[in-house]
Amino acid sequence: MGNAAILETCALGIGYRLGKKGEVVVHPGLDLQLREGELTCLLGLNGAGKSTLIRTLCGLIPPLSGEITLCGKALAEYSQSEFSRTVGVVLTDPTSAGGITVRELVALGRYPHTGFFGRLGAHDYEVVDKALESVGIAHKAASFVADLSDGERQKAFVAKALAQECPLVILDEPTAFLDVTSRVGMMALLRRIAHEEGRSILLSTHDLDAALDFADNLWLQDKSSPMLCGSPSELLEDGSLERFFSRDGLRFDAQQRRIIAI
Amino acid sequence: MSARTRTTAITVTAIAVILLFAANLVFGAVRIPIRDVLGILAGSFDGRPSWSEIVLHSRLPQAVTALLAGASLACAGLMLQTLFHNPLAGPSILGISDGANLGVAIVMIYFASTSYISSILAAFVGAAAILVVIIWFSRKLRNNVMLLIVGIMVGYLASSLISILNFRASADKVHQFVMWGMGDFSAVSVEKLPVYAAVVLAGLVLALLLTKPLNTLLLGESYASNLGVNVRRARLLILLCTGILTAATTAFCGPVSFIGLAVPHIARLLLGSSNHKALLPLTILSGAGIALLCNLITVLPGQGGVLPLSAVTPLVGAPVIIYVIVNRRNIQYFN
Repeated sequence: MGNAAILETCALGIGYRLGKKGEVVVHPGLDLQLREGELTCLLGLNGAGKSTLIRTLCGLIPPLSGEITLCGKALAEYSQSEFSRTVGVVLTDPTSAGGITVRELVALGRYPHTGFFGRLGAHDYEVVDKALESVGIAHKAASFVADLSDGERQKAFVAKALAQECPLVILDEPTAFLDVTSRVGMMALLRRIAHEEGRSILLSTHDLDAALDFADNLWLQDKSSPMLCGSPSELLEDGSLERFFSRDGLRFDAQQRRIIAI
Repeated sequence: MSARTRTTAITVTAIAVILLFAANLVFGAVRIPIRDVLGILAGSFDGRPSWSEIVLHSRLPQAVTALLAGASLACAGLMLQTLFHNPLAGPSILGISDGANLGVAIVMIYFASTSYISSILAAFVGAAAILVVIIWFSRKLRNNVMLLIVGIMVGYLASSLISILNFRASADKVHQFVMWGMGDFSAVSVEKLPVYAAVVLAGLVLALLLTKPLNTLLLGESYASNLGVNVRRARLLILLCTGILTAATTAFCGPVSFIGLAVPHIARLLLGSSNHKALLPLTILSGAGIALLCNLITVLPGQGGVLPLSAVTPLVGAPVIIYVIVNRRNIQYFN
């Protein structure tokens, strides 16, 4: 595809630093690309390092080696406030947001754009309203976050990320706690936002079905081997999906597009 | 949160604070008619000089002290609860009050000092020492729950040192220290009040300036960081601010329990919201009101004497905490 690249990594090493004792390398070298207007799903088994990669790209943990280029500029050159206007995140962290309303939560997304006291201007209110509309939760704007269902709560956090007006939105397992209809709804929503608003969206998930149905690109992450990247149809055709998921007495059936026991 | 709820909650609380402040001037261990209290305040009273003395040099500074102490402890409690994502955090939980306590114990028992100034300085030094330890750990430990546990442990260490000091001390010194440990709003004289007020007001202003980062911290540190908050600096400023408020109040009034823990809950329940833009001012107001109420309760026995403050604050605070814990499933800010 010819869309402009939002994020590129070159020989990106991810993992954790353990003070002076060295580091735990989760993956030594990743060459990745995210383009605008596309939904990318990161798949991988538990322990493959999906969360580490997501947290690295979110700027929450520093890369061990290699380079991340964001909108044509090296990550290291970003100030924190500039970064917060470029990458919006939705995480699985527990929050204490139950006591604020959905509108107040989404308005927190304007933090990088507002002044010292966080006072919202007319434009900020417009952006908040648009974000609420976009995820289809405007009717709950005055409800407390505590009174939302899991699906609605996830949508509210997506709206918060949209209100940040970032070209790149990264979500860590946004469908993990959702029932099947909310899951499909969330994926369809994220795909629509990527396509209509021209944003680049990256999410990690265990939901292979939804990823195959909705993603423009898949990233298949495994410990130490290079990341397998491509559109769902490409990865189906060249047998990558089959190789990736066929292990421990399981097999990926390309016809049925699902994992079956042998 | 609608703007109307916010305005109503703040107005009603402000009126309650004014009424409680007035009640603190009118009621006390000595019965003085309201008309005469008003006369004394207006400067038109020419009756017994002892009454003027009581109202102007005992009740008035005591009421102002209660107002400031309640406001500062409640404000510190709210900031700690938000920072640690823990509804049971309070100024005493990080060991800051224990540090102040230890400082006073050392000068009172070990150095056998009876000077009031030395107790205050010792409390400041003790609280600041614990604060430095906590800030040092906060740089080491990125996890707030772990930091909270370290705070509790440091508090235990301070208490245990106090017990050892008590064990070695003579009975009258222990008695003197125990009396200070009761907590008291009457210990701040008219001369010392401006110093105390200045420190507390500086702390409260700093807290109000931290409204924006406090709101993002409701989402946790990762979200706050993604929203452009320098989390490490925000955490340091919040700890510094709570430290100043707690140390000053403990130094001037002795340890006052439960206000810092319970009042943020009262304010959240009144307001129905955790948005610090309204919650922080309301918590400060409610803290002032609750402290004035507690001070009023201490003089209920009338001519029979004054109840210790440390016996009254748990009476008001503990039921609130029990109510909040029992009803936590129905309270929004827990979910």
